[in-house]
Amino acid sequence: MGLTTDQMVDMLRRMWQIRFFEQNVIELFKRGLITGSTHVSLGEEATAVGACAALRTTDFITSTHRGHGHCIAKGGELKPMMAELLGKANGYCGGKGGSMHIADMDLGILGANGIVGGGLTLAVGAALSCQYLGTDQVSLCFFGDGAMNQGGFYEGANLASIWKLPLIYFCENNQYALSTPLTDNTTVVDLAERASGLGLPGVRVDGNDVLAVYEAVEVATKRARAGEGPSLINAVTYRWEGHTIGDPQIYRTREEVDEWKKRDPIVRFTTYLLGQGVLTDEQARQVEDSARQAVEEAVEYAKMAPEPSLECLYDGVYV
Amino acid sequence: MPDREITFVQALNEALQEEMRRDERVFIMGEDIGPYGGAFKVTRDLIDEFGPKRGRNTPISEAAIIGTATGAALTGTRPVAEIMYVDFTTLGMDQIVNQMAKIRYMFGGKATVPVVIRTQGGAGRGNAAQHSQSLEAWFFHVPGIYVVQPSTPYDAKGLLKSAIRDDNPILFLEHKMLYNVKGVVPEGEYVVPLGKADIKRSGSDVTIVATSWMVHHALKAAETLSQQGIEAEVIDLRTLKPLDKDTIIKSVKKTLHLVIVNEGCRTGGFASQLAGMLLEDVFDYLDAPIKIVASEDVPIPYNHVLEYETIPGEKDVVSAVMAIV
Repeated sequence: MGLTTDQMVDMLRRMWQIRFFEQNVIELFKRGLITGSTHVSLGEEATAVGACAALRTTDFITSTHRGHGHCIAKGGELKPMMAELLGKANGYCGGKGGSMHIADMDLGILGANGIVGGGLTLAVGAALSCQYLGTDQVSLCFFGDGAMNQGGFYEGANLASIWKLPLIYFCENNQYALSTPLTDNTTVVDLAERASGLGLPGVRVDGNDVLAVYEAVEVATKRARAGEGPSLINAVTYRWEGHTIGDPQIYRTREEVDEWKKRDPIVRFTTYLLGQGVLTDEQARQVEDSARQAVEEAVEYAKMAPEPSLECLYDGVYV
Repeated sequence: MPDREITFVQALNEALQEEMRRDERVFIMGEDIGPYGGAFKVTRDLIDEFGPKRGRNTPISEAAIIGTATGAALTGTRPVAEIMYVDFTTLGMDQIVNQMAKIRYMFGGKATVPVVIRTQGGAGRGNAAQHSQSLEAWFFHVPGIYVVQPSTPYDAKGLLKSAIRDDNPILFLEHKMLYNVKGVVPEGEYVVPLGKADIKRSGSDVTIVATSWMVHHALKAAETLSQQGIEAEVIDLRTLKPLDKDTIIKSVKKTLHLVIVNEGCRTGGFASQLAGMLLEDVFDYLDAPIKIVASEDVPIPYNHVLEYETIPGEKDVVSAVMAIV
């Protein structure tokens, strides 16, 4: 598979960063420091990190309303991310965007998106630019099982297929669209099968196996960079928290959640790395601790950061 | 050597050709814009010169057309996407309102989306309700996008060139009744700046602000009024956003009377919106209420007489003026 020790340790570190970041977000939201609504991705660390590990810094991603993990996985810095969630002036978006609109153009993060499926056609556009400008960059679109029922999926996949665009449609299938289970939203539960009518290959992958996710995206990037066109990946995973913080989650049982928590992608990857002798117990703990510390520093940074000034209200509306 | 006259369509075609020659990042996309040259022939022959990489024929997928153009503009290219009828922008409304218009602001000013969405609207050909609308009021209402509406071939070419060079996302609204209108368009390079209204006719008795096809009705009305000793100043807005309020206010200070003509419906249409926005600034100068000349609040009917009576015409502009001077 070609991943070095350093790369795998880095992946583990990012998974832990996502884990601690999201746990802190829950606390901050409950204390009223993060407002509106926010959507955490606890339990979905492997899809974000596995996918982004197969991408270059110069590749593009579009993210979702549940995008903190994607941004961290793509290289987003914890301090400006947390500052943005607190609406501060030195947040990623100057406090103008918030949780659902975090972006870092330098890292190819074309934004989390508050519209379910909002990134489906934006990602096609990014892929089009890559092809047009003759680079071998690729564009990966994160979207969920819920978003896959938006029209943009079909329009985007069809267009990417006829133009052979370097696009990867990555479905983070956590099996619920807010309160509605996948089986109520589709008759064909393996969402990869939707690809065949649109002219692109579709694969189903265990979304809690970070290396399996990595491999699947690697294959898709190779295809894309070779000019062979788009791919669809259906990565099956599960979110530990509700849709939003405070979601009463009446649509699923405690038992089901606990069952999926036993398939913790971080525990799974750590076990693998220990078993392969890539890490010792001590080193694994250090990775975890360093991630915890980095997040705690980001929280302090964000709390101390200044509010944006009223004078900047109209900045950025137009060029 | 007489000034060269070309049609509105030819003027737009020249603008596209010149800008595509000038900047390799500029490309066109949309339904039937390739070999077919576009439903209204605005993109005729461009694919012959620039090839299929830069002239992208798309399926019927307005959401993908607009979304893809937005994503491409965000990542280093400069697409000019065509939506065949403004009535079909409804299929891509999320892409216009929630993505294109807001990405730069939501990202803290760190993204640029230099996309132009060209489309056409308006009634007068019996195309009926779903192919005849004037929806500029909707786009005017969304912070983050510019809205351009030329009324002459000269302005069409100059404004489209400016729009393509501008780094903001732009809705460029053409009118189906304007496509075959001829006008003087000089050879050689020129642009028309965005955000500057144009006084198409000077006068001192009444200010008539008009947009798009309505500018021609306003000019005809001005001729009729002149015969009765009323001299109208006709202002062609050209760009709805950025809005050139200063030109309008300066004119009303002189004429003391204001009529606004726009083809959108009266209720919530652009004319009503503009009247509301201007009222605070011009109230002290007005000798009479602001008159709004707009379409009837009905879907555009098919029958040609009903259609004719629904949309504003020269006589409606004349009556509006007569009611206040």
